[in-house]
Amino acid sequence: MATSDKEPVDLSVAMVTDPAPLADWLVIAPLVFGMIVGSLLLMVRKDTRLQPYIAIPGLVVLVVIAAALLAHVVISGPVTMTMGRWLPPFGISFTVDILGALLTLTAAIAALAGGIYGAGDVNNSGRRYGFYPFLFLMMVGVSGAFLTGDIFNLYVWFEVLLIASFGLLILGSERGQIDGATKYAFLNLVATTFFLIATGYLYGIFGTLNMADIAIKAKTMEEKAPLVTLLSLYFLAFGMKAAAFPVNFWLPASYHTPRVVVSALFAGLLTKVGVYAFMRVAFVLFPAERDILGWVIASIAAVTMILGAMGALAQTDFRRLLGYLVISGIGIMFAGIALASPDGVSATIFYAVHSMIVMTALYLASGLAARASGGFSIAGSGGIYTTHPFLAAVTLILFFAVSGLPPFSGLWPKVILVKASLDVGAWWLAGAVLLSGFLTTIAVGRVWVLSYWRPAPAGTGDEQDAENLNPLIDYAPLVLLTAIVVALGVFPQQVLELSQTGTEQLLNPIDYIRSVFPSGGEQ
Amino acid sequence: MRTLIFRTVAPYLSSLMVLFSVFVLLRGHNEPGGGFIGGLIAASAFAIYGIACGVSPVRRALYFHPMGISGAGLLMASVAGLLSVFSGVPFMTGLWLYVPIFREELALSTVLLFDVGVYFVVVGAITSIALALEEREGD
Repeated sequence: MATSDKEPVDLSVAMVTDPAPLADWLVIAPLVFGMIVGSLLLMVRKDTRLQPYIAIPGLVVLVVIAAALLAHVVISGPVTMTMGRWLPPFGISFTVDILGALLTLTAAIAALAGGIYGAGDVNNSGRRYGFYPFLFLMMVGVSGAFLTGDIFNLYVWFEVLLIASFGLLILGSERGQIDGATKYAFLNLVATTFFLIATGYLYGIFGTLNMADIAIKAKTMEEKAPLVTLLSLYFLAFGMKAAAFPVNFWLPASYHTPRVVVSALFAGLLTKVGVYAFMRVAFVLFPAERDILGWVIASIAAVTMILGAMGALAQTDFRRLLGYLVISGIGIMFAGIALASPDGVSATIFYAVHSMIVMTALYLASGLAARASGGFSIAGSGGIYTTHPFLAAVTLILFFAVSGLPPFSGLWPKVILVKASLDVGAWWLAGAVLLSGFLTTIAVGRVWVLSYWRPAPAGTGDEQDAENLNPLIDYAPLVLLTAIVVALGVFPQQVLELSQTGTEQLLNPIDYIRSVFPSGGEQ
Repeated sequence: MRTLIFRTVAPYLSSLMVLFSVFVLLRGHNEPGGGFIGGLIAASAFAIYGIACGVSPVRRALYFHPMGISGAGLLMASVAGLLSVFSGVPFMTGLWLYVPIFREELALSTVLLFDVGVYFVVVGAITSIALALEEREGD
C-alpha cells in the first residue's frame, strides 16, 4: 500500500533525478495543450457558436508554442523529456530535434489556417459532430508523432491521428464520404498493422523501443539480425501512410469526398507524418540498411512523382487533381531520402514544409473556387478570373509554387534536389524531378485556363450561383498560407539553414542520442 | 426485452454495478482493477438500464451528454500529468499527498486523478456508443 513512511529507496537507479527545467516542458506542451483544448471543446460540443471562439485562439497559441519549441531546439540542440521520470529506455522519451520541431510548427500553421477556414466552411451540424474537437485531437496525434522518441509511442500517435481523421472524414455522413472513408480506413488500418508487426519484430530483436537506444544497438547488430527486412517492412507501412506508389490508391479515392477544409488538413498534415516517420526510422535507426535499400527508395520515388503528376493530368475534378499532386510531392520527398546526402535530405525537409503549406492552401483555394463558380468540375466551371480576380491571383501563385516555378517556395527544394541527384550521378532521378514539375505545370495550367481564365460557360447562370466570399474567414487563411509560400520563395535562407542543421542532426544523430542518454549511450 | 422482471431489477442492478465500478476503480492502484475496467463496468450498467427502460431515461439520469463526460475525463487526465510542472519534475510523474483522516492516512495522488480521468473517458465513450446503438433499434 502507498504510505508516507516507507523505507528510503535510492531513486537515482530508476529515475531521472535532474529537475526538469521549465523550457523543456515545451517538448510536451503542444500535446498537452492540444489535448486540454480538445477536451474542453468536446465538453461544449453542442454550443456551436462558442466553438470557433475557443478553437481559433487555441490554434494561435499552439502556433506560438510550436515556434517557441523550435527556437528552444535551435538554441540548445535536441531536447528530451522522459515521461514520469523513469530512466530511458524504460520511460517513454519525447525527443525533439530541428526536423520534428520544424514540422510541428508547420503543421500548427496549417491547422490554424484550417481552423479559421472551418469557421465558414463547416456548418452547425458539422460542428455538432465535432469538427473542432477532432481537429485538436488530430493535431495532438500529428505533433505527438513528430515529437516522440519512442517507436511504439509513434505507433500510438499514428492511431490517435487516424481515429481523429476518421471522425473528420465522415462529417456530414454523405454516401460518397462513407465510401471514401471505408477505403481510407481499411487501407490505413492495413498500414498500421504492418507498422505494428514491424515494431513487434523490432522489439523482439532489440528488446527496446526507445529510438535512441535502438540507434545505439543497431550498429552492433548489423550481421546478427534481419534489419533490412525490418526496414523494408517499415518502408511498406510508412509508404502506404504517405501514399507512395504502388500503395497510393487510397488517397485519390478518399481525399475528394470530405469537406474542403478536412481535405486541406489531410493533404497538408497526414501524408507528411508518414514521410517523417520513415525519415526517422531510416536515418536514425537503420542508416546502414537504408543504404542497401537506397535504389529501391529511389525508383519508388521516381515512379511516384511521375505517376502522381500524370494522374493529375487525367482528372476532371479539381480536388481529385490536387490529390494526385499530393502523391507527386511525396515522390519528391522520397527522392531526397533515397539520396541520403546532406543536400538531398535538407531538400526533403524543405519540401515537406513547402508541401504542407502549399497543399493546404490549394485545397482551401479549390473550395473557394467551387463556391465562386458553382462546382469542382474543371471543365464545367469558368470565369473566376473576372468575378473573383483576387482569388484567381492567389491561386496562380499557389499553382506556380506547387509546380516548382520561381519565385515561390517550391523552387528551392527542387533545385537542391536536382543538384544533389546530379552530384551522385543519378541523372534519371534529376530528370524525374524535372519531368514531374513539367507535368504538374501542365496539369495546373489546364485548371487555370479552363476554370479561371476562360469566360463562364454560357447558360450556367453563375451570377446567381456565385456566393459572396467573406474577406475575413474565407480569405484570411488563404492569404496567410500564400504569404508564407511567397516568403519561403523570396527569402528561403532561414528555412534552408534550419533544414541543413536538421539534416546534420538526422544524419549524425549523436546529439539526439546524447540528449536521451547523457552518458552518450555507454551503459 | 422489456419484461416486468427485467424492468424491476434493472435499476437496482445498474446502481449496484455503478457502485461496484467505483470500487474497482479505487482498488486499482495496487490490485487488479482501475479506471479502464471500472469505466467498462459503469458503461455496461448504463447500457443495461437503457435496454430495460429505454434510452431517454438514461440520458436524463446522466444529465451530461456522454461525450461531455468523456471530454471532462480527458481534461482530468491531462491536468493530472500537468500538475508535475509545479514540482519541477517531468510530465506524468506521480505525485503523492498524504492526508491524515482519523489516525488513518489517505493517499491522494496524481495517479489517482489520472485513473479517474480514464474512468470518465471510458464511461463517456462506451455509453455514448451503446446508447446510440440502442436508439437505432427503434425502441
